[in-house]
Amino acid sequence: MKKTKIIKVDYLARVEGEGALYLKIKDKELTDVKLKIFEPPRFFEAFLRDRDYTEAPDITARICGICPIAYQMSAVHAMENAFGVQVTGPLRELRRLIYCGEWIESHILHAFMLHAPDFLGYQDAIQIAKDHKELIENVLRFKKTGNEILTLLGGREIHPINVKVGGFYRVPHREELKSLQDNLKWARDFAVEAVKFVAKLPFPDFERDYEFVALQHPDEYPFNEGRIVSNKGLDIDVSQYDDHFEEQHVKHSNALHSVLKERDSYFVGPMARYSLNYDQLPKVAKDVAKEAGLGETCSNPFKSIIIRCVESLFAVEEALRIIESYEMPDQPAIALEPRAATGYACTEAPRGILYHRYRVDEKGIIQDAKIVPPTSQNQKTIENDLWAFVPEHMDQADDQLQWQCEQAIRNYDPCISCATHFLKLNVDRG
Amino acid sequence: MVQGKKPKLAVWKFASCDGCQLSLLDCEDELLAVADSIDIASFPEATRAFKKGPYDLSLVEGSITTPEDAERIHQIRRQSKFLITIGACATSGGIQALRNFKDVKEFISIVYAHPGYIQTLKHSTAIADHIRVDFELRGCPVDKMQLLEVINAFLNGRKPNTPAHSVCIECKLRGNVCVMVAHGTPCMGPVTHAGCNAICPSYNRGCYACFGPKETPNIPSMGNVLEDKGMERENIVRAFRSFNANTKAFQKGARDYEKD
Repeated sequence: MKKTKIIKVDYLARVEGEGALYLKIKDKELTDVKLKIFEPPRFFEAFLRDRDYTEAPDITARICGICPIAYQMSAVHAMENAFGVQVTGPLRELRRLIYCGEWIESHILHAFMLHAPDFLGYQDAIQIAKDHKELIENVLRFKKTGNEILTLLGGREIHPINVKVGGFYRVPHREELKSLQDNLKWARDFAVEAVKFVAKLPFPDFERDYEFVALQHPDEYPFNEGRIVSNKGLDIDVSQYDDHFEEQHVKHSNALHSVLKERDSYFVGPMARYSLNYDQLPKVAKDVAKEAGLGETCSNPFKSIIIRCVESLFAVEEALRIIESYEMPDQPAIALEPRAATGYACTEAPRGILYHRYRVDEKGIIQDAKIVPPTSQNQKTIENDLWAFVPEHMDQADDQLQWQCEQAIRNYDPCISCATHFLKLNVDRG
Repeated sequence: MVQGKKPKLAVWKFASCDGCQLSLLDCEDELLAVADSIDIASFPEATRAFKKGPYDLSLVEGSITTPEDAERIHQIRRQSKFLITIGACATSGGIQALRNFKDVKEFISIVYAHPGYIQTLKHSTAIADHIRVDFELRGCPVDKMQLLEVINAFLNGRKPNTPAHSVCIECKLRGNVCVMVAHGTPCMGPVTHAGCNAICPSYNRGCYACFGPKETPNIPSMGNVLEDKGMERENIVRAFRSFNANTKAFQKGARDYEKD
């Protein structure tokens, strides 16, 4: 007799937003994988219409409380692209600095509070703290270092208020930025320890041949600028995004899956960024990565946790570099004139590339908006990982298999709140 | 609360960005102490562990936008001794309440290729429109120190100390020069609820009212001042119609300046 087994998680924990997992196993054969999304849609692209261009960074920040800077950065760069201006010099550096803050805050939140508990067999970081108090105290202090950058430069950690099209409302004095240095120097040392710690976690032997997609810049590890490239030959200007990527409707899922038109699913996020931009990392980050057993590329998504820590170390180094060489600009923002145009931008959110496109009229009123967050791009790759992972681990007990599948999903640090306005709503709670 | 037993806390999410519940995890200096004195019984963003109700304190983030959520909030109320809404979505309907002023069908078709699959309510509404709420904490996002204060107050049976006056008072307390008087920058501070410690004016920017209306705001006067500062009528509508658009006071402000 054939035996059918259903493994489901009605409410995925330790991810941002509301999602569920459904696996169907028929006679030891995996027959269905669904990463369900039941987060209600919020219609951002719709209500961005008829709003003023100056409002785009503040409104789109509200798509995600974990990576608001990513939304603000993609929004301001897209508007500046539409108006034919470019922010350079110290203002450009300050934008990289605020992104450093978000990477640290978001990466450390995910690596230690959301992902590490899976590797260590705890339900959450607070449980870890009961056995390893000093570790979690240091982790929280590290995370706070990122938030301190956001608070100083952005006004507050979540939905910062100081980012505007053209620059900032207020730029800091040299001395203000220098006040961040001591904690960042502490964080630099701890980041090295953090990489060493996560490198020792037990990793499932799991690799796939991914198409990695990330920004690439000739001179720097990417935040706000660069071409969109892949390890399988993609190399395009950001304005060509819509020619190469599309959202597909798939029968078995309620989700829209973003795919490359020429090929298929692809992978965005720290592992893609690292594998495509290894050369641009500072020496200390390369050395620590090597010591952690990473090569110049990595194809085991479970090891994303190591890369998040390596990138956090990079972000600390980059923040210290920017602070050290900072000269306060004369003006907090450059002058710009709205014009009727379409603007494009792609920046590297902690979870991967975040694409914004706006069409504005001659007064700068938004006529049309398109936003593609990283999680909707990784959606299909996550499901494909499970299709490959589950058959190899079929003989485990259900609860163990379920937990490992959750861990495999968390490899991507999925942000369902971000993805939702691109996913068709499924209200069936399983 | 039973003596010697830790109070049970639950955190619930509706339509939102996750930012307000993240504020709790952003309390880096206090998080472990908080976790020591309360039992985190349900907080899916932070833990796989789940304990059944009843709960001593429920924190609710997000607004009601689907028929299922309109049901779910009643179940949560029944299991909660105290229920507090955290943030603009839960307290006023949030930015997604902009749908309330448009045709939601048109909204769906702008975003989704197959509108038939989308089940959503016409309006995004505050939690208090559906159930009794013990306290509403404002802000988009909430201020994390205010969040700790409210949790502390409820667990100790006292009233939270969160002043209902305007952002203007916070500016004065902080010693800011008024951006509107000194620089002519339009600022919503006079009608906006305190709680952020006047961040925007401290960064040479006018307040954009993410904490929603203060107690007894003078909306017509605010509109006059904004007009006086050279703001166009459409932009005054936009200023009222943002993160707290569905509050009565800001609905009125927007309507007063909307073209027929």
